[in-house]
Amino acid sequence: MNSYLKRIALQPHGAVGLILLLVLFFTVTIGPVVAPYDPEKFHYSSRLAAPSLEFWFGTDHFGRDILSRILWGSRSTVLLSLLATIIGTFVGCTVGVCSGYIGGKTDEIFMRFIDALMAIPNLLLALLILTVLGANATNAVLAIGISFSPGMARVSRSVTLSIRSSDYVAAAVARGESSIWIMTREIAPNILGPIIVEATIRVAFAIMLLATLSFLGMGSQPPTPEWGLMISESREFMFRSTWTILWPGIAIAIVAITFNLLGDALRDVLNPRTD
Amino acid sequence: MSTKYIIKRLFYLGVTTLVVSLLVFSITQILPANAATMLLGQYATPDALEALEKKLGLNLPAHEQYLRWLVGVIQGDLGDSLRSGLPVNETVFLALGRSLLLASFSILGVIFIAVPLGMLAAINRGKKVDFIVSFVSYIGISLPEFVLATLLLVWLSHPEIALFPASGYIPITEDPILAIWHMALPVITLTVILTAHIMRMVRSEMSDTLQADYVIAARLRGLSERTVLFKHALRNSLLPTITIIAMDVGYLIGGIIVVEEIFAFPGVGRLLIVAIQERDLPMIQAGALVMAFTYALSNLAADLAYVYLDKRIQYE
Repeated sequence: MNSYLKRIALQPHGAVGLILLLVLFFTVTIGPVVAPYDPEKFHYSSRLAAPSLEFWFGTDHFGRDILSRILWGSRSTVLLSLLATIIGTFVGCTVGVCSGYIGGKTDEIFMRFIDALMAIPNLLLALLILTVLGANATNAVLAIGISFSPGMARVSRSVTLSIRSSDYVAAAVARGESSIWIMTREIAPNILGPIIVEATIRVAFAIMLLATLSFLGMGSQPPTPEWGLMISESREFMFRSTWTILWPGIAIAIVAITFNLLGDALRDVLNPRTD
Repeated sequence: MSTKYIIKRLFYLGVTTLVVSLLVFSITQILPANAATMLLGQYATPDALEALEKKLGLNLPAHEQYLRWLVGVIQGDLGDSLRSGLPVNETVFLALGRSLLLASFSILGVIFIAVPLGMLAAINRGKKVDFIVSFVSYIGISLPEFVLATLLLVWLSHPEIALFPASGYIPITEDPILAIWHMALPVITLTVILTAHIMRMVRSEMSDTLQADYVIAARLRGLSERTVLFKHALRNSLLPTITIIAMDVGYLIGGIIVVEEIFAFPGVGRLLIVAIQERDLPMIQAGALVMAFTYALSNLAADLAYVYLDKRIQYE
């Protein structure tokens, strides 16, 4: 584990990613504690105030402190995106590993179905799911998780296929181990590398997708300090008070960059290609 | 390329579309309120509801409803909008045409910007150009479309500058210049995001090619660097690039939904968002189906183009 960390840190993009991850960790854990104001408190006398010593990032149209909203919002934005990715990874891997291990007709049918699901772009699928479930943050997490699972199933299936024919799986079959035992004890640990890489990059997508859904009014609802929602709420005022959309936009981009960098660094460490 | 392969792929396209249609239909059928209630409002008399349900076929079992809808779709009849009462077909295809225009301009932009930049980065691997390209593409892939679009609006459509109009649509047949001017911001947004994605892929693809045996062999034969790059490396990297662009049509469709909504561009993405807000079932189904079909079709086209261009690949 430590050697992996070291190898990630030795790459320039890995090092930047790790530093950003550390910053993000502190923002999520102690950010809300050190936030200067209550994120939902209206400061009537200073609505749409420009960034100043009193309000470092300025205020929005209700006079709410944007810095405090960003700090509080980091929890919902980041944690919900992680949760969505975990759901998608778990569901996708379960389907992918089973399909790849069982093989034959079952695999063929599963894959046709997954192809069809993948013919629906993520955002569209998430929107359709939210149309049924109703628009709120929890459902948005579910919708993103579901829309991620076909892709994860594809990845885990193809890795499973390459492992299935290995000697240690053949040995386990010869020992008379059950299919479930083989899938959980032999295959799952060995597909972890590629799955972690894929999942890390997916976190970046999840953050952007979640913010986009909130922006479209299908995710978090007011007055939640969610970053995408903050931009959507401030659109009327963006020309005169650019800071109202600038800070949440930067926040989303930085978090997405963090996971993109980490994902790339992890890929280089876990699936080395000759370079 | 064998006819058998094309037929097989067309068959797969059919299966995919069928499953998507089933999915779209079932997703929209389990909506909380049924179409009749939505049309007549919650205070409608039970008699009126029943009459309308009969007219719309809502009293039939789900599988019969699906079959009726599917037969309609195959015959090119996607039903009538629950809101406007107009045939969904005309509305959807008109909107699809506009969206395709937006998509075509963006893909053109990508081909002329992303592909050369990605190759430049690969050729100058580890140098300053490579670093700049990588840096910019990291930012590009980490910015959601709505953030970039909003920033571009603030920057280029600020009331005091108003370089480009913030929203609206003018048919290209009416006034081509004004039409393109109105499409500029959505197209720029889509192009930048796609460029960031595709540039990275082209860079890594081209880097691999540059290390391939035949490129090394060409160098060892003493061919000039120009010949090696353009005759050997470039040609072989172009093939995977087609696949890369086709794969990113999925992102493009997602991006189009967002961008059309922000810039009030009356394409199929905005149509879908409005339909979702108004719970206009036939419109949601048609919009989703049309988008998924376009995506599947573009993947098929890319595969066929790939096989056609690369004589080495023989598919069964």
